Amino acid sequence: MTDIAPAAPERRELKKRSTSDANVRKRYRKERRFRFYGIAAVSSAIAMLAVLMITIIGSGYPAFLQHELALEVNIDPVTLELGEVRDTDSLGKAPYLRVVRESLKAEFPEVTGRTARRTLNGLVSSGADFAVRDAVLSDPSIVGTTQTIWVKTSDDIDTFLKGQMTEINRWMPDGGATPNGTTGEVRVSVASKAFASIIADVKRRLTTLADAKDERASALKQILATQRTDLSQMRAGGASEDTAQRLADSIASSEAEMQGLIAEVADLRKRANAQESSEPLTTKLPSYLIRINGGLVKVEEVSAGEIKGQALLPLSSDAAATGGTWEIVSYVTPEADRRVKDIEIAWISKLQEEGRIENTFNWSFFQTGDSREPEQAGILGAVVGSFFTLIVTLLISFPIGVLAATYLEEFAPKNRWTDIIEVNINNLAAVPSIVFGLLGLAVFLNLFGLPRSAPLVGGMVLALMTLPTIIIASRAALKSVPPSIRQAALGVGASRLQTVTHHVLPLAMPGILTGTIIGMAQALGETAPLLMIGMVAFIVDVPGGFTDPATVMPVQIYLWADSPERAFVAKTSAAIMVLLAFLIIMNALAVLLRKRFERRW
Amino acid sequence: MPDTQSFSAGVRTMPAEPLSKPKILARKVNVFYSGKQALFEVDLDVPENQVTALIGPSGCGKSTFLRCINRMNDVIDGCRTEGDIQMDGHNILSPREDVVQLRQKVGMVFQKPNPFPKSIYENIAYGPKIHGLSNSKADLDEIVEVSLERAGLWQEVKDRLDQPGTGLSGGQQQRLCIARAIAVSPDVVLMDEPCSALDPIATARIEELIDELREKFTIVIVTHSMQQAARVSQQTAFFHLGTLVEVGATEKIFTNPHDERTQGYITGRFG
Repeated sequence: MTDIAPAAPERRELKKRSTSDANVRKRYRKERRFRFYGIAAVSSAIAMLAVLMITIIGSGYPAFLQHELALEVNIDPVTLELGEVRDTDSLGKAPYLRVVRESLKAEFPEVTGRTARRTLNGLVSSGADFAVRDAVLSDPSIVGTTQTIWVKTSDDIDTFLKGQMTEINRWMPDGGATPNGTTGEVRVSVASKAFASIIADVKRRLTTLADAKDERASALKQILATQRTDLSQMRAGGASEDTAQRLADSIASSEAEMQGLIAEVADLRKRANAQESSEPLTTKLPSYLIRINGGLVKVEEVSAGEIKGQALLPLSSDAAATGGTWEIVSYVTPEADRRVKDIEIAWISKLQEEGRIENTFNWSFFQTGDSREPEQAGILGAVVGSFFTLIVTLLISFPIGVLAATYLEEFAPKNRWTDIIEVNINNLAAVPSIVFGLLGLAVFLNLFGLPRSAPLVGGMVLALMTLPTIIIASRAALKSVPPSIRQAALGVGASRLQTVTHHVLPLAMPGILTGTIIGMAQALGETAPLLMIGMVAFIVDVPGGFTDPATVMPVQIYLWADSPERAFVAKTSAAIMVLLAFLIIMNALAVLLRKRFERRW
Repeated sequence: MPDTQSFSAGVRTMPAEPLSKPKILARKVNVFYSGKQALFEVDLDVPENQVTALIGPSGCGKSTFLRCINRMNDVIDGCRTEGDIQMDGHNILSPREDVVQLRQKVGMVFQKPNPFPKSIYENIAYGPKIHGLSNSKADLDEIVEVSLERAGLWQEVKDRLDQPGTGLSGGQQQRLCIARAIAVSPDVVLMDEPCSALDPIATARIEELIDELREKFTIVIVTHSMQQAARVSQQTAFFHLGTLVEVGATEKIFTNPHDERTQGYITGRFG
């Protein structure tokens, strides 16, 4: 807005100013919009991260806890087949599983029969004998005595106790209840209609079941209709008799299935709609257990005023129980769909009442290697495997990477060859990691004959993968050292090597180390190349060296995620948490190094 | 601050003084950057224990010539130097010349103060250490003290030798760099516009220092300031477009130049 312009027309001047005001407003609007987009992007990223973390922590934390059971174990030298010689060797080899089973048997003397016994033995982890063995080995004098030993519950029991198996509802009906016996078949009668709620619940469920079957039946009906049309067309079109026959057979079997379903639906609906009749409970329906007089009765048939059932735990008496002293517990998931049956629930509830089940921190998760049994599986083997692998990776890739970067940046002439090398290093950084795995398989395993599944080979493969990252980061760090430092050193008569080792490298080191740690973190999370060289094997022992078979954390996560047992879901998330913890520590270290040693000029 | 006083002293012109015998004899020096010639047939004698100022417009080749004297051009990719620079009777441009020893004898101070990001002590001690000039810690302490003393910095920093050199003011940093350059006992000190990043007071301080230093060292200084050249030097060389136009005693160059290009430059008609 100069005043020097000689007598410019007033209107033109104004117009110019108004457009520029509009421009300013437009620019402000644009900036506001852009800022809004930025904030939106950042918040959505944070939200996604939060969801991820909450999901992982939410599903992973149960793996850090484990229910343990206190067993009164009689460490009987006869059962343990211990002779006079009781050295570490014989004590270590004794069949401790027997005393564990004896102890369970003593706990529930009423349990007889092979199947029932096996179920009972299934309460504790199949590794429960290790706890006894460890106790004996640490103090051999306890042989011949009875000791309280905490053993792990099996994974199913643990999952049930963590409330992940079924929804549990409890309520205490008003009014008293009278059992007519203490063991075997027991009838419990109530004055009020205390069991009406069970009947209503069951009938609702029957209706749901009927609806589901109905749906399936009508779907079948439609399929049948199209199949019939197909069949008639086929016959008319003169298709081979064989094909037509096959279709006709399929139609017949579907027809039968549909009829069966229709009959079932009719039956279910009849049961659901029947008023006040007694109703049998099957394993396809939720379980209802009645806790009364210190015992537990499983409901098998229910009517409004009375239930008939089996006493899973004997009642102390058949005296009438007043309202508020007895309760109904329902386990919503039907017994047929549950891995923990009602009888096991009964045993557990007895042990719980005795205060012999505790939820403790699962130290062994950090102290053991992998296992097929979720309650015994630990992350230590994978952590140690990762550690050995990363050591090899670091020892190979750091010196080679830094030397290569230093040579290329400080000594190599800038010509076509160094250009080609630079382009190829950048390309290598973008090569899919599985390719390095294939290379490792072909060269390290097949050509050099190095051991399979070993951290040594894994580390070598990961070193190849990390090298470009380290070289690129180191070159960037070396480039960022101002040339004036090099000139100063050369100016006082330092040789090129002295200039680099005394001045340039120390100044670039924080950047180089940051790049190296980032590369190591990348290697720590890498799975694909390790699958190729056999580090995906199931390995129980914690590796003790660079050539022992091992696996690494991300592969362990992959293996557990692949396992069918329910408890491995939590283990998977827990292992992810451990891996993330290591990654966060490494990245924090990188940030710290940068903050601590970075110099400004 | 003693700086204020020396600033007024810096306005004076050097008394005329005959040029001493040459320390460096440059003959037919040609420099090429990636095939492009930057210096053409430069012949120049640098008198011993005197200050030679190289002046000229930007890009005239004065810094290039300066960097030939301690072979700093070697580190630039694609730079080639031809010709002959005799110092103490041998050609320092010869491929057999050991540049590390040469740079010990020919120190350099740069345009921007560039102390190492280390302590003041280590900045000075680094050169003597790598050249093995000291046998003991006491030796090294003495070298550091004498160098800082000569650079006029000792009084200001003697109590904080362990503090980083980068924490000093611009003028102090440049004097630290001069101290670092003279700590290895060079014969020649090259200065590439040492005052261009400094304020007038610090500049005057450095100029005074240069005058003191020429007792012990032969100094070649590149400068854009003709006043500075007039104040500190005994001999002045005027470069233009890669050629050495005129060289002579400073008084003569500034009062009665031969060449009309020199005349034009010092009177400010171009450059």
